[in-house]
Amino acid sequence: MHLKNPLQFYSEPLPGVDESELQGKLYVIEGPDAVGRTTQVGKLRQWLEQEGHAVLDTGMARGTLAGKGIQQAKAGNTLGPLTMTLYYTTDFADRLENEIIPALRAGFIVLTDRYVFSIMARAIARGEDRRWIEQILGFGLVPHAVYYLRADVKHLVSRVVLGRGAFDYWESGMDMRFGNNMYDGFVQYQTRVIRALDVMAKKYDFVTIDASRSPDLIFRDLQNHITSPGLQRAPEFPSANGANGSRRPRKH
Amino acid sequence: MSLLSPNRYRGKLIVVEGIDGSGKSTQLSLLSHWLRAKGYAVAFSEWNSSPLVKETTRRGKRKEMFRPTTFSLIHATDFADRSERYITPLLKAGAVVCADRYAYTAFARDVARGVSKRWVRNLYSFATRPNLSFYFRVPLDVAIGRILRGRAALKYYEAGMDLRLSRDVEESFRIFQGNIVDEYESMASEVGFHVIDATLTIEQQQMQMRKIVIEELGAGLENGLLRYSPSETHAFEKPSAVL
Repeated sequence: MHLKNPLQFYSEPLPGVDESELQGKLYVIEGPDAVGRTTQVGKLRQWLEQEGHAVLDTGMARGTLAGKGIQQAKAGNTLGPLTMTLYYTTDFADRLENEIIPALRAGFIVLTDRYVFSIMARAIARGEDRRWIEQILGFGLVPHAVYYLRADVKHLVSRVVLGRGAFDYWESGMDMRFGNNMYDGFVQYQTRVIRALDVMAKKYDFVTIDASRSPDLIFRDLQNHITSPGLQRAPEFPSANGANGSRRPRKH
Repeated sequence: MSLLSPNRYRGKLIVVEGIDGSGKSTQLSLLSHWLRAKGYAVAFSEWNSSPLVKETTRRGKRKEMFRPTTFSLIHATDFADRSERYITPLLKAGAVVCADRYAYTAFARDVARGVSKRWVRNLYSFATRPNLSFYFRVPLDVAIGRILRGRAALKYYEAGMDLRLSRDVEESFRIFQGNIVDEYESMASEVGFHVIDATLTIEQQQMQMRKIVIEELGAGLENGLLRYSPSETHAFEKPSAVL
């Protein structure tokens, strides 16, 4: 699966989509809950726009088709693991066809907060067959890069407790009752999710980033990785002493 | 390819398939009543009926938001909910579950929309294989006639208007439903459909179905199924629920 080029389908072309028309860049930020993805996507977006790129940012359950249905289903207490997986897959397919692909056709940089890998990790953590969900998600596009913000469960716990101040039912995998309280549930569930993502990191060539550091350090790492010969840099205003952008990240 | 997961539960799964206007729903309803009258616990599940998903589907259809892949996936999501929360537990408990449309509807419709055969079969691989699958074969004209007599108009997705087959709704319906029929016909022997001629009278079709149920499930109808003893049949007012 990972031998394909960026912006090709993993294994299952979407009917009616011509891969050769896709020209932008697709960057994926992956990682477990509470690791700080959203912060990083926000910083990256701002930076890339300042560099003169058109950016689309998108994330799970934000699609117009299924986003609301997913939130409502999660608000109740009857959403089963199979249904959850397929609901998220539907939402992803909707965003892929109606937001991501049109943006790529137009030459945008697409930043996605989570991707097929989180859908797979959550499904696998719930005991679903890996090959089943992998085949279904074969209609995903190969990204230019997957940045995996990796942290261990202890670190995630401290971010939840010191940050938000409370555990969330779904992030604690309480639908599967991995523990009989949300702390134990969180630890058990997120351990499984991280394990699944670690396996994928090898298989799908993730760029693994140590997310236990400060947001600024993580961001600097991401900037360094993204700034590559392939990414066009915007023209700069000359600074007062004639040198160009002394605070810009270095190229590789 | 071995379709779907074998039914290892105590209960029995009976499904009806066919295009709209084939009369399958009427026949399944009659069959359910008959089985209930015989004292079996009968549960009924129909396509597009999950409380968690049907609003999303309805809205998506109304606003024409679906593409072939999302159309396929939302229906699979609906099916997954009915499967894991309703069909599977009831089969395990020994009920006879009657489903109006099943995975084969997806195999026929989604493929007619251009989705990969292999992909959609994998998608539904978690579904329990029916003990009996009935396919109601009906000429397109008869089906269209029945639909138009029953309601005002043909619907957008039902007519395959999203596929730009024709500007005329009825012509689009013909082409699209014709393609669906082709898919059903081509899977008939692989699935093991019992084909019912939908142009026969209602009574004739029902007799055929009952005969097949007795022949095919015969002994199975005695073992493991939940059944009311004669003294119990009056104790319950409504033997089974509809999702």
